[in-house]
Amino acid sequence: MSEVIVVTSGKGGVGKTTTSANLGTGLAASGKKVVMIDADIGLRNLDVVMGLENRIVYDLIDVVEGNCRLKQALIKDKRYSTLYLLPAAQTRDKTAVSPEQMQKLCDSLREEFDFIIIDCPAGIEQGFKNAIAGADRAIVITTPEVSAVRDADRIIGLLEAGDLRNPMLILNRIRPEMVKRGDMLALEDVTDILAIEVLGIVPEDESIVVSTNKGEPAVIDNNSKAGQAYRNISRRLMGEDVPIMNFEADNGFFSRIFKLFRT
Amino acid sequence: MDFFNFLFKGRSSSKDVAKDRLKLVLVHDRANCSPQLLEMLKIDIIKVISNYMEIDEEELDIQITQTPQDDGNGSVPVLYANIPIKSMRKVR
Repeated sequence: MSEVIVVTSGKGGVGKTTTSANLGTGLAASGKKVVMIDADIGLRNLDVVMGLENRIVYDLIDVVEGNCRLKQALIKDKRYSTLYLLPAAQTRDKTAVSPEQMQKLCDSLREEFDFIIIDCPAGIEQGFKNAIAGADRAIVITTPEVSAVRDADRIIGLLEAGDLRNPMLILNRIRPEMVKRGDMLALEDVTDILAIEVLGIVPEDESIVVSTNKGEPAVIDNNSKAGQAYRNISRRLMGEDVPIMNFEADNGFFSRIFKLFRT
Repeated sequence: MDFFNFLFKGRSSSKDVAKDRLKLVLVHDRANCSPQLLEMLKIDIIKVISNYMEIDEEELDIQITQTPQDDGNGSVPVLYANIPIKSMRKVR
């Protein structure tokens, strides 16, 4: 049984592409067959986050327009043999693909892969509609800020209108010390407002910048806290029961802080 | 946060400010009701009520808030209006 999961947020810059790359890699590291689709036509980014930008020959638009076969456009990851990327076109725009074409594309990928991860563009227009068209489930990314949570609320409404019920929340870029002193929304504040199932929380972590610089997802870095968070989320996606935020357990001081917003 | 509230007497944390602002903005987003629409509604309400009584337009408070549903499942938007009356007009 394969699953098509769209990673979305509404607001830009909250971590959709980083999350897509890390979850795709995390799932592949567990032996799953995974393809990541960059649905951000015209603003291609998932390739550079994955460090695969030099290998692109064909893209998503080439596939839907029949310029190449689907298999020709799939780029095999450097690190995991079961991980593939279908890159976005850089020289076209969102109108070059329709929701029906995306749905067809997802359905043909189901035959080959266990997980199909779609990196959705920011916004609520055509690109968003394309990205969610073929999805079974949705992950909503937000950060603990008023603007991001507001957009997440809007996205949850639009997902439900598009028959994608019960989306799952990832609260990204949490800073525990700010939560502790009451200067940042905690997980329960956000879930209070959004009333949505929590898939995971990811701490703000410098290792994300470093890993993006190198084109190596943080999830494969055993010393990265954010990487640990993404490993946990990947396991939850595979149906494992992993408690929220246990990756600070080695540090007495921080683990006490995390208990404040553990659910 | 009691400790901090104690230190800064009543100054609420910025998290609480964020949460309150979010709640308010989402009530409007979800009800699909813009501040402009609310302003138009306010003007109309004043117009109608003024036919019957003299009201304090300065103190008039009208807003959309959330109230829990009777069956306990989530909440529904309600229109809340607090309209202080100065005096009743003589109805002709």
